[in-house]
Amino acid sequence: MNEPEKNESRRSFLVKLSTSLAALSAVVASVPVLSSFFAPLLEKTPQVWRNVGELSKFKVGDTTLVQFQNADPEAWAGVTAHTAAWLRRDSEKSFTAFSANCTHLGCPVRWEKDAELFMCPCHGGVYYKDGSVAAGPPPKSLVRYKVRINKNQVEIQTSPVPITSISA
Amino acid sequence: MKFLKKIWHWVDDRSGLTEIFLPLIKHPVPPGSKWSYVFGSATLFCFILQVITGVALALLYQPSSSGAYQSLEFITNKAAFGNVLRGIHYFGASGMIIMVGVHMIRVYITAAYKYPREMGWISGVILLFLTIAMGFTGQLLRWDSNGVWSSVVAAEQLGRVPVIGRPLARLLLGGDTIGGHSLSRFFAYHVFIIPAFIFLVVGYHLMLVIRNGISEPPKAGRLVDPKTYRQWYKDMLKKVGVPFWPYAAWRDIIFGTATIAVIILLAVFAGPPKLTQAPDPSMVYSQPKPDWYMLSIFSLFALMPARIESYMIVIGPLLTIFLLLALPFASNKGERSPLRRPWAVFGSVCVVVFVLSLFLAGERSAWSPSFNAKPLTAAQINSADTTVISGAALFYKKGCLYCHKINGQGGLKGPDLSHVALRLSAGQMTTRIINGGDQMPAYGGIMSNGDMHKILAFLDSRR
Ligand code: FES
Repeated sequence: MNEPEKNESRRSFLVKLSTSLAALSAVVASVPVLSSFFAPLLEKTPQVWRNVGELSKFKVGDTTLVQFQNADPEAWAGVTAHTAAWLRRDSEKSFTAFSANCTHLGCPVRWEKDAELFMCPCHGGVYYKDGSVAAGPPPKSLVRYKVRINKNQVEIQTSPVPITSISA
Repeated sequence: MKFLKKIWHWVDDRSGLTEIFLPLIKHPVPPGSKWSYVFGSATLFCFILQVITGVALALLYQPSSSGAYQSLEFITNKAAFGNVLRGIHYFGASGMIIMVGVHMIRVYITAAYKYPREMGWISGVILLFLTIAMGFTGQLLRWDSNGVWSSVVAAEQLGRVPVIGRPLARLLLGGDTIGGHSLSRFFAYHVFIIPAFIFLVVGYHLMLVIRNGISEPPKAGRLVDPKTYRQWYKDMLKKVGVPFWPYAAWRDIIFGTATIAVIILLAVFAGPPKLTQAPDPSMVYSQPKPDWYMLSIFSLFALMPARIESYMIVIGPLLTIFLLLALPFASNKGERSPLRRPWAVFGSVCVVVFVLSLFLAGERSAWSPSFNAKPLTAAQINSADTTVISGAALFYKKGCLYCHKINGQGGLKGPDLSHVALRLSAGQMTTRIINGGDQMPAYGGIMSNGDMHKILAFLDSRR
């Protein structure tokens, strides 16, 4: 091998080496960067039971709006940590809790007491008392939350905002 | 004087100002590029206005889920000229979206995307979507109940993407629900991430304008031939080209200034959108409605048949992006004049009419129940019959009035029932009420016979 050729191969090796080192450092630096972007996917929020009031507060047959805190509210979340559900006392011992999010595109449904219907303000979705679709674009029934009675207190289990998937 | 000149020479020589910028502002452009060429620069003017007013707003804004709403109240009601500042940023966004749209239509109609300007079109399409993304995230940063529910709606739409829908929705909201992370993320998107891309792509878009030259005004019968075009364009510029500054630029400056003047006037006299309630997701009595530039999309989803909707949420945007990006590959040579491309003109008109009618439909939002309908008055009921009167009360209580109009009062979703008894017999009405339909609940299971009887008596008196 003559001199220039040897130099050339040495040079190309060094070029490869230095660019790979640069690429490696970029990859390493991007780990924390991407983690911050994907943070919501990396952490799992355990769901918890939230007290929504004393048993005696709810009359049998009535559907009322209950408000409670999300599972894991950050100190800087302020009022955005609140969630609501429509809670109905079906009988002495049983409750049904509906998510307030329309299954169409998530707008807040309201219970119309006299009509006994849930109505959505966004695109006119309507649901019957049992949460099944009565009219409009919603593809499926209102989502239910878990409720339990714990020593005279009514508790609802927190849950993610219900996201309707394409198969629904 | 001589001394000042010397200083300038030094500065200019060492900084390279003239050397760098003179060729840019003096670059030759084809003659006759008149008023139809001002929309791109007007978009740029709006963008610069947005950057400056955006920075000013950031001086007053609290980018946190808990504080953003209060800081908006502060900007709107207390800060000196805060309301005008918000107004400029809002109408600046509106202006930018309109100008992007008009610029794009102009480029399409005069086929300026053809050889060799394909990349100009593609970078422009990217800028269009970045602009829309800015409009959307900006609306969220207002962080009132509208902002909260708009982000939920966006999350739901992302949720329809097959397989990765749920993670995408979670990523958008910053967790399982709206919360502390939501606003921080929207802020980062709106203020750092998307603008960074816009700066990059705008820079590239402008570089391409210099490199390929402004497209010459089309002439019917003069075809673009990729083999000869570049040479032809060069020769044409040499023969008849005029320097961009000031022969073409003065129009850009006048139009851009006028645009900004209109934006400021609107900001002062019309003001920014009013804040709705606090960003509390547990306050369900809220009627979310997007800003005007999102209204057409909002209507589209309200009007689309529910069966295909979930698919269209995913396929629609992808298809639009694909078609727009494919355009310069599908046709990159030949005729450019709109006179010889009637279908292109027709297509553009159709798109504009379609978007406008969706917008108007969105303004009316006939599909939304009118929750603010008031009970019917005695004059509207216009009857002494007690059954009819109690039927009218029930008509309100059972929610019928939210969707049906009676003598000017009520919603727009269902048919106007002011004279329903002239069209339908009592029997036909009963069937409809009991069975409902796609857009109406079946009241059969939820209304007593007595109530039904009263409502029928009321409806039967509507002649
Ligand atoms: S979000 Fe409820 S009907 Fe569309």
